[in-house]
Amino acid sequence: MSDHPLYQLTLVRFREFLREPEALFWVFGFPLLLAAGLGLAFRNTPAEVLTIGVVGPELAAFENAPTLSVEPFAAVDEGLRALREGRVALLVERPANGSVLYHYDDTNPEGRDARLRADIAVQQNAGRTDPVAAQDELMREAGSRYIDFLIPGLLGMNLMGGSIWSMGFAIVDARRRKLMKRLIATPMPRHYFLLSFLISRLAMLVVEVGAFLGFAVLVFGVPIRGSLALVAAICVLGTLAFGALGLLLSSRAKTIEAASGLMNLTMLPMWILSGVFFSSQRFPDAVQPIIDALPLTALNDALRATMLQGATVTQIAPQLGVLAAWLAVCFPVALKLFRWR
Amino acid sequence: MSEAALRVQALRKAYQDVVAVSGLDLEVPAGQCFGLLGPNGAGKTTTIEICEGLTARDSGDVEVLGMRWETDARALKQRLGIQLQETQLSDKLTVEETVRLFRSFFDKGPTPDRVIALVQLEEKRRSRVGTLSGGQKQRLALACALVGDPEILFLDEPTTGLDPQARRQLWDLIEEFKRAGKTILLTTHYMDEAERLCERVAIMDHGKIIALGSPRELVASIGVEHVVEFSADGAERLDLAALRAINGVRDAQIDNGVIRMQVTALHSAVPSLLAELVRLDIRLTELRTHSATLEDVFVTLTGRHLRDE
Repeated sequence: MSDHPLYQLTLVRFREFLREPEALFWVFGFPLLLAAGLGLAFRNTPAEVLTIGVVGPELAAFENAPTLSVEPFAAVDEGLRALREGRVALLVERPANGSVLYHYDDTNPEGRDARLRADIAVQQNAGRTDPVAAQDELMREAGSRYIDFLIPGLLGMNLMGGSIWSMGFAIVDARRRKLMKRLIATPMPRHYFLLSFLISRLAMLVVEVGAFLGFAVLVFGVPIRGSLALVAAICVLGTLAFGALGLLLSSRAKTIEAASGLMNLTMLPMWILSGVFFSSQRFPDAVQPIIDALPLTALNDALRATMLQGATVTQIAPQLGVLAAWLAVCFPVALKLFRWR
Repeated sequence: MSEAALRVQALRKAYQDVVAVSGLDLEVPAGQCFGLLGPNGAGKTTTIEICEGLTARDSGDVEVLGMRWETDARALKQRLGIQLQETQLSDKLTVEETVRLFRSFFDKGPTPDRVIALVQLEEKRRSRVGTLSGGQKQRLALACALVGDPEILFLDEPTTGLDPQARRQLWDLIEEFKRAGKTILLTTHYMDEAERLCERVAIMDHGKIIALGSPRELVASIGVEHVVEFSADGAERLDLAALRAINGVRDAQIDNGVIRMQVTALHSAVPSLLAELVRLDIRLTELRTHSATLEDVFVTLTGRHLRDE
């Protein structure tokens, strides 16, 4: 068994991968670092305390407003300077006629926010009572945070990059070295060569996805509400679809440069459009059908729905269909175009 | 010599508008080492790759071990050993892993260990291919060609770019394979390689065979046994016609300031040449003579040197 050509070819795939430290980092280290960094940057924090400036001695109005920190100013000029320099988000002035004047930048969300909070405090202090009693109940549940949105997106992006790069570079390198030509001069069945990529990729997938999701669940408490088997199936289908795309992209290229240009050109739109870092819903409605047809959008949406909303296979059938279609189109075309030399 | 191991008839191959092989006939009896000798671009590699089943021919007939590529490709590949001109094996694999990989493609053949021993790479067994010297890489390529215990070995420029010691080491290995009675087709642009290894040589130029025979026959065919080359201060005063008139000299040319004479009788030609130089008061800076080689055959047939680009 150890002498079977498919086994030997697959071993070669692993050896070449594991003996390339950079590849190891990009596949395993980088996504974890990215998730950790972004998770830290976008962690959820309670409502911030905003600093406002008040001209004159009338500070009593804001004593019951815990989300405002008040800085008194003796003169308007002084207060305006602080506003311009961003030390305060809003400057409150009380003209002699009993009204209130707010200085702020309405394009700055903090300014608008401070204006609202300060006005409520001023009006209530002057005796206004709200006609409707309001109560707050806070929801900070896992599953609706930014990190929860991010993790399935990063996983999808990773599966795409891993499949396309590992496939593309290895194939183009073997062609450039005339190693493929040498291999087809032997009795090696040609499909074994391509099959070895698939097998090694799927085996690597277990480690890759396992490490990444394990990290996300343990460190960030990202939920996996749907079935693990379905998540695994989506990952496998995604890998097959992107593997076929990678094979297509590398079917002719003779140099690494040509291939990497082609690969980046293919992946770049998907990094932006397919909802990795932010929702693809932000793009205009007119382009939504195109975005939905991209394989990475399908993969990300399927992963998100399964992990965050606990979707079942029938609920993500459209996304699975898109991935299957990419596989069904790319693979035969790639085989047809493929050059061994 | 029973049947031919390799038979090529009226082979033609063109790339776009460049004719690489133009009507080539070849027959290599089993057990013979046959050399395709010629300059770069003569069509050697195209010819050998058509025989290896890697390149499709435009027309003509190719028969290897009595089989044809169209119908018997799988069976044929099991019986051939191939070394290509520019293959770079994977740098990240070790020698042993590489040989084991190639061995796995063949139904029968020696163990990887035996092949590694055969090409004398035992000490490098666990070294990465990327760390090997040029000669060691070529020996590994030869090992990959030998793993299937082939009946025919195709070697495309096996020693190009190697230092003299590495070349001799590789020649020894090829001779060992010859002694086992196997057939070899090799291409080279080194005449000494062809002379040392090949029983028969075809000299190729512009996609055609321009001479065919054993190295000895080919050298004899130009009717010249020796070559005298010299350079001298004031050589431009020499009259080539006068040199050609010397008894025992067949021809003389000047090439890059070096005068080259094809000589049938060294003992009469050299004294006459020296006398002529003394008479004209021309000082010799260098004088060499050697027995005629395949290189001289090529120069005689084409007027060009083998290594001219």
